[in-house]
Amino acid sequence: MWPSSQFLDFPGGKVAFTSEMRFISESPKERIPCYRVLDDDGQLIEGGINVGKEIAVKMYSDMATLQTMDTIFYDAQRQGRISFYLTTIGEEAINIASAAALTIDDFVVPQYREPGVLLWRGFTLEQFANQCFSNRGDDCRGRQMPIHYGSKKLNYLTVASTIASQLPHAVGVAYSLKMDGKDACAVTYFGDGGSSEGDFHAALNFAAVTEAPVLFICRNNGWAISTPTSDQFRSDGIVVRGEAYGVRSIRVDGNDTLALYSAVRAAREMAICEQRPILIEAMTYRVGHHSTSDDSTKYRPVDEIELWRSARDPITRFRKWIESNGWWSSEAESELRSNVRKQLLDAIQVAERTEKPPLVDMFTDVYDAVPSNLSEQEKWLRETIKIHPQDYPSDFPL
Amino acid sequence: MATIFQGLRGGAAAALTNSIDSKKLLSRSTRRSLSERKVSFPVVRSDGSVNLNPGGSNARARRVDQLITNAVATKADSSAASSTSKPGHELLLFEALREGLEEEMDRDPHVCVMGEDVGHYGGSYKVTRGLADKYGDLRVLDTPIAENSFTGMGIGAAMTGLRPIIEGMNMGFLLLAFNQISNNCGMLHYTSGGQFTIPVVIRGPGGVGRQLGAEHSQRLESYFQSIPGIQMVACSTPYNAKGLMKAAIRSENPVILFEHVLLYNLKERIPDEEYICNLEEAEMVRPGEHVTILTYSRMRYHVMQAAKTLVNKGYDPEVIDIRSLKPFDLHMIGNSVKKTHRVLIVEECMRTGGIGASLTAAITENFHDYLDAPIVCLSSQDVPTPYAGTLEEWTVVQPAQIVTAVEQLCQ
Repeated sequence: MWPSSQFLDFPGGKVAFTSEMRFISESPKERIPCYRVLDDDGQLIEGGINVGKEIAVKMYSDMATLQTMDTIFYDAQRQGRISFYLTTIGEEAINIASAAALTIDDFVVPQYREPGVLLWRGFTLEQFANQCFSNRGDDCRGRQMPIHYGSKKLNYLTVASTIASQLPHAVGVAYSLKMDGKDACAVTYFGDGGSSEGDFHAALNFAAVTEAPVLFICRNNGWAISTPTSDQFRSDGIVVRGEAYGVRSIRVDGNDTLALYSAVRAAREMAICEQRPILIEAMTYRVGHHSTSDDSTKYRPVDEIELWRSARDPITRFRKWIESNGWWSSEAESELRSNVRKQLLDAIQVAERTEKPPLVDMFTDVYDAVPSNLSEQEKWLRETIKIHPQDYPSDFPL
Repeated sequence: MATIFQGLRGGAAAALTNSIDSKKLLSRSTRRSLSERKVSFPVVRSDGSVNLNPGGSNARARRVDQLITNAVATKADSSAASSTSKPGHELLLFEALREGLEEEMDRDPHVCVMGEDVGHYGGSYKVTRGLADKYGDLRVLDTPIAENSFTGMGIGAAMTGLRPIIEGMNMGFLLLAFNQISNNCGMLHYTSGGQFTIPVVIRGPGGVGRQLGAEHSQRLESYFQSIPGIQMVACSTPYNAKGLMKAAIRSENPVILFEHVLLYNLKERIPDEEYICNLEEAEMVRPGEHVTILTYSRMRYHVMQAAKTLVNKGYDPEVIDIRSLKPFDLHMIGNSVKKTHRVLIVEECMRTGGIGASLTAAITENFHDYLDAPIVCLSSQDVPTPYAGTLEEWTVVQPAQIVTAVEQLCQ
């Protein structure tokens, strides 16, 4: 027992006294180091989980597919064929490696730059295209803007445009899994910018207090639209905040596929077995613009972008590793790329020509059953269309 | 002193009980008026916190054409709350809420509660008292103070199979949760193409209390009424509090249940058998011929007090507690308007943008031809609620103003 003169008996636990007045520094002497196992040339440094050929090749293929999909859809937007798009260029490793380390039962609560997780789980290129074109095949029934994918079947919550509002959702999902005693966790993603929102703080805090099995994966990509991280926060990134809330955390090289895979696997294990949240900060770079509504060359140097696009590209780095294992070749590469490209172009063509959702879908699913006021509003709209058919778009079935 | 609602007395009650097959509850739900009914109405006496007319030593006939109808899911049995055999049990409104909550938690293990101090403290108005002991503190979860976040947490949990009841310690605090309620709760069922449902209940005490200060006297129903995808109901009696709570929990849509700080101690005798109130229906409090008075929550009691004065002056007001704030029960309201041709709305919301404003618009749009006079809407003033007791009293509509309004309307 400590003599009472040496500690403060406080609700929440004993706190030792000290007669030295010392302020804790606002920044550590050294920044928290970043876990990596593959060097810049794709050579294994050491450690990391042994990843078998099948998973490695699937990871690589999906990263390449994601990159190709982003390029083609981005161009489609530029051509005026879809209204909006957001790329994941530079962050493919975070998307795919984390997805590969999870199981299908782990419920994903995304921000918006994580379509790779859906891709890994089996969302088809046609489904991506349908959502971007908001046609009849869209799972969202044409109600959301492009890249707001969602799939209950694949345990991936529909993307909402609001920043960080999904973080408390993830805690709720984890709470639900905890109540059911499921062998699964919730996984949520957000960016460096999203970590400034109030919901981030409360979500971490709640997750710690409720001992909820949730993985918080931060894609620290250096930019929140035009705001660099130096204007976003003054802490040593996001990883140091974990301790502040009582959450175990790690900083990982977000462009190192193997390191990410290992870290997420370990984190998932801890989250479920120990029933606790884990924070993973993945350091990366947003190579593309924030979205098709942005031109990032206006606020950051072009050579910085190019450096990360080429020399630090996560896909090339991982390719070197799988090639050195004899699991990949340039023939396989060109075959994959041309197949995916063709599939995407076909998907776009088909999606573009597919009928849009029917008018009735504007009024369904607001509630479980269509209430009378919405029926009336639908009726009124249809009457208006009858009177002015020329003003109503011809490709929307009534 | 406590508010006492009693069943229909004397012969009227006997006639009713004989004609009711207690298994078929719809027989009770017809809107017939009793031919032998006197002009009577509930006299509400409440404890000191609701300062109403203390005249009348015992409460008399309760709301005559009371609706006991099914909600979406379960058939509930209900017998008339007749005064002859006095079935049922008496309780206070906050206990009725708890009873409804407890029954639903027993019935469905997915139902859970989250909010500040809802666990062992039992909630700021004791609605959740004892539940943490019974169900454990995971299922009755005390959250840190971050309304937006625990509302978000409830939404996330609802999307993956739970049925959370989210308590705002005071409704006004839920302004911090507006983002989650508007952008996610109301929206995600729609934007996900119907894939994810959000069967949450968001509830808490609101309205103008006794000198709680401006920040604790908010009327959130006005701010939330535009949000697509949510339903809003306001309870006003122990009977409908329990019924609406149960219906809200069983609903697949997100429902916001508005309680009033000053009504928690109302006492009433409610049936022992299980029952549910319909979320979209209004409640006929007092049928009449001269004027339709539409109200909800605490203002119902001011209206009924004014009704007593009006009856003495020879008026016959029809009082409807609209209960369902989104959507409005335009069926019952419309039938009433068609009968009386005059409408007075008495609400606690502020004048600008309140429930009364929307209701006025809805009635004008739909029933304009039946109106003999413009709709009159009595609301609170567009001021933050002052702390001084006398000033606070005059920010809300008082019975005297209701009487004057009816007199003017019926000229």
